[in-house]
Amino acid sequence: MTDSTSFTNQKFKVIGQRVRRQDGMDKVTGRAKYGADAVAPGQLVGVILRSPHAHAKIKKIDTSRAEKLKGVKAVITSKDLPDYTNGNRDLLSMLENCMARGRALYDGHAVAAIAAVDASTARKALKLIKVDYKILPHVTDVDAAMQEDAPVIHDWVRTIGVEPAPSKASNVSMRSEFGHGDVDAGFAKADVIIEKSYKTEQTHQGYIEPHACLASMSPDGSGELWVTTQGHFAYRNWCAQLLGLDMSKLKVTSSEIGGGFGGKTHIWMEPIALALSRKANRPVKLVMSREEVFRASGPTSSTSIDVKIGATKDGRIVAATSECRYQGGAFPGAWAVIGAMTSFACYDLENVKTVGYEVVCNRPKVAAYRAPSAPMASFATESTVDLVAEALGMDPVDFRILNAAKEGTRASYGPTYGPIGIGPTLEAVKKHPHMRAKLKKNQGRGMACGFWFNFGGQTSCTINVAADGTVNLSVGTIDVGGSRSSLSMICAEELGISYEQVRTHIGDTAALAHNDMTDGSRGTFASGMAAIIAARRTKEVLKLRAATAWEIPVEDVDWQAGYAVALGDKHSNLEPLSLADIAANTENTGGPVAGHNEFVADGAGVSFASHICDVEVDPETGSTRVIRYTVIQDAGKAIHPDYVEGQFQGGAAQGIGWALNEEYIYGEDGRLQNPGFLDYRIPVCSDLPFIDTQILEIPNPNHPYGVRGVGETSIVPPLAAVGNAVSNAVGVRMTHVPMSPPRILAALEAEA
Amino acid sequence: MEVQLSGPLRAAVGNQSVVSVEARSIRELFRTLSERYPEFTVSIANGVAVAINGNVYRDDWSTAIPENAEVVLLPRIQGG
Repeated sequence: MTDSTSFTNQKFKVIGQRVRRQDGMDKVTGRAKYGADAVAPGQLVGVILRSPHAHAKIKKIDTSRAEKLKGVKAVITSKDLPDYTNGNRDLLSMLENCMARGRALYDGHAVAAIAAVDASTARKALKLIKVDYKILPHVTDVDAAMQEDAPVIHDWVRTIGVEPAPSKASNVSMRSEFGHGDVDAGFAKADVIIEKSYKTEQTHQGYIEPHACLASMSPDGSGELWVTTQGHFAYRNWCAQLLGLDMSKLKVTSSEIGGGFGGKTHIWMEPIALALSRKANRPVKLVMSREEVFRASGPTSSTSIDVKIGATKDGRIVAATSECRYQGGAFPGAWAVIGAMTSFACYDLENVKTVGYEVVCNRPKVAAYRAPSAPMASFATESTVDLVAEALGMDPVDFRILNAAKEGTRASYGPTYGPIGIGPTLEAVKKHPHMRAKLKKNQGRGMACGFWFNFGGQTSCTINVAADGTVNLSVGTIDVGGSRSSLSMICAEELGISYEQVRTHIGDTAALAHNDMTDGSRGTFASGMAAIIAARRTKEVLKLRAATAWEIPVEDVDWQAGYAVALGDKHSNLEPLSLADIAANTENTGGPVAGHNEFVADGAGVSFASHICDVEVDPETGSTRVIRYTVIQDAGKAIHPDYVEGQFQGGAAQGIGWALNEEYIYGEDGRLQNPGFLDYRIPVCSDLPFIDTQILEIPNPNHPYGVRGVGETSIVPPLAAVGNAVSNAVGVRMTHVPMSPPRILAALEAEA
Repeated sequence: MEVQLSGPLRAAVGNQSVVSVEARSIRELFRTLSERYPEFTVSIANGVAVAINGNVYRDDWSTAIPENAEVVLLPRIQGG
């Protein structure tokens, strides 16, 4: 029972309440410490010199004048970052992305770095570094990069997953295929077949806090890093491996995080800060500018996708295919594979085939972005699903309900589903008042559904009981969305105490065993499960301490609503002991009281959502305004409903921005034209209506409370929901995201 | 037991989508596949997730595989 992770339909007192968040006061009063807020005596300012070219050979770097400038304490290039990767290509790519090694592979690629006594000296020194480049041909478009005559970026890349294995290098690093059945036979039975091609442009996660860290290396080979990150253990491991350090000698402490959404699951300049500190023998603070964040951190893929769906007159999909071509930036990635896995995950299909192609381009190395790769695939699929429904003369919601995956459906990516929530979210859409609201002129309504996997992974936590009976929970999963409060609620629920008695902290890498990053919507799912087990173990210790104090067998003690209770008539003279009573006398009963758990939180349940969107499009300007938006998603069990709703709303807001405005724009020269929030426009509050939410709770059988991850799925449907709404408003199918005013006007003109 | 392979994992086992393996745990399954198909060790290094009766296991190789279970091998993917 103590360590069981199976769903038990437990009755709750604390779970499901909307308690005050523990990090709220510090965040609204400015006391919270983010990445750039760390300080150390004698710290230097680090800055990075970046390539202005999309692709260039670095013939020579002359740092001599910069090194001589007064106040400059260290200058580094790739020569100061020897290759410790021992043939590990992924690690070497990581190192090469942090600092160019002989070639600049994209506009913004780091080529040198400086640590100086202040920012003005550091910037002055940057201008004294002379880099002799030989410009090479470049390619930034995913389809162009796949052409035979495209400049090949890496001579070592061979396409994995094709027969025969190619002997020639190309920009296609991998082909992957999923599916089952016979799609040709399926299409032969179809009464209606729709085939369409789509494009989505590259977007950035747009977190408000830029990457920032303070690095301090000691001459004895130990070091510390204070950093904004979604995974301080992963950062420690990667930085130690790249710099040739012992992992245990590098302590990484995470700051509060001002947004990550996947962009802070990778290292970008942290090894540079450590290398500068090592060379200067002083702490070095490195903070990216917004321009650097755009040019040299990790946006999501731009894509080009073909979808074909065939259905019979009675509304059944009989075959479906998709080909997903994903641009992964300057190094091989695994992004199209996720697009191929998620393309048709919402549907019950007898015949389905999806193919993904990973494509290398002269752009920044792509990073995860909230349900990475799924929104683009969903845009292509859900747009085509609407077209098929239209061709059949069916209501698009009814068409989806008829074809939705359910328990027992073999997913398009392989396994058979257990209990899932796509059907209930679609039924909820059908019943929602939003669907019956009247639309005015130039307005359109669209809906779409989406899927995400969710992960678990390695997790550890510690519960420490203080002498006054209050409790600290230390976890190693970064709190990106309020998990500290949710985890305190879980701990309080299990111990039978109040939420206010528990405080949750993020432990540093020396305080806890390894924890995976906060990605894959795993924070509350995985650390929550760890906390449940740790709390149940703590209760066992508390029962033992009460038994010791009472001098009775532990088998005669139970834990009830925060108290140790002696069972049976023979102990009826013993008053129950509260957690505080036991905590006050731990020195007499065996020492401090704590509970731990270190485990793998496997069994995360898949998640589905359906969204409804109303837009109004100005036919004169092509400008689109979202006027109403509703998110319906399965959460398994909402620990803190405010946070769950916040995740639903945040994902929808990011997806709306992606659908309508956000786009990396590259010039012919391969340089990014809009690396700033003025020219790369994310939605702000005044751009959006209140986003309505409806939480469904279909329990995950693999979590004691039934929790599923909720953080990512909500960004999957918006591209298609907005796309279907805009297409319905203007009467022209939109196939290119973002649906910015110029694209809408061009589509209208082409149709006229 | 029939083990289904998806996506890029098929290449490591001679482009087969289904292979027959006797194994009572993920560890035994991986060991057997690696012995039979040496390229599969590269797949393991790159990350393999195992779906057993619809539940996806990414890490714990001690996980038992029940008799007649549906087993699907998937690439281990990243999240945001």
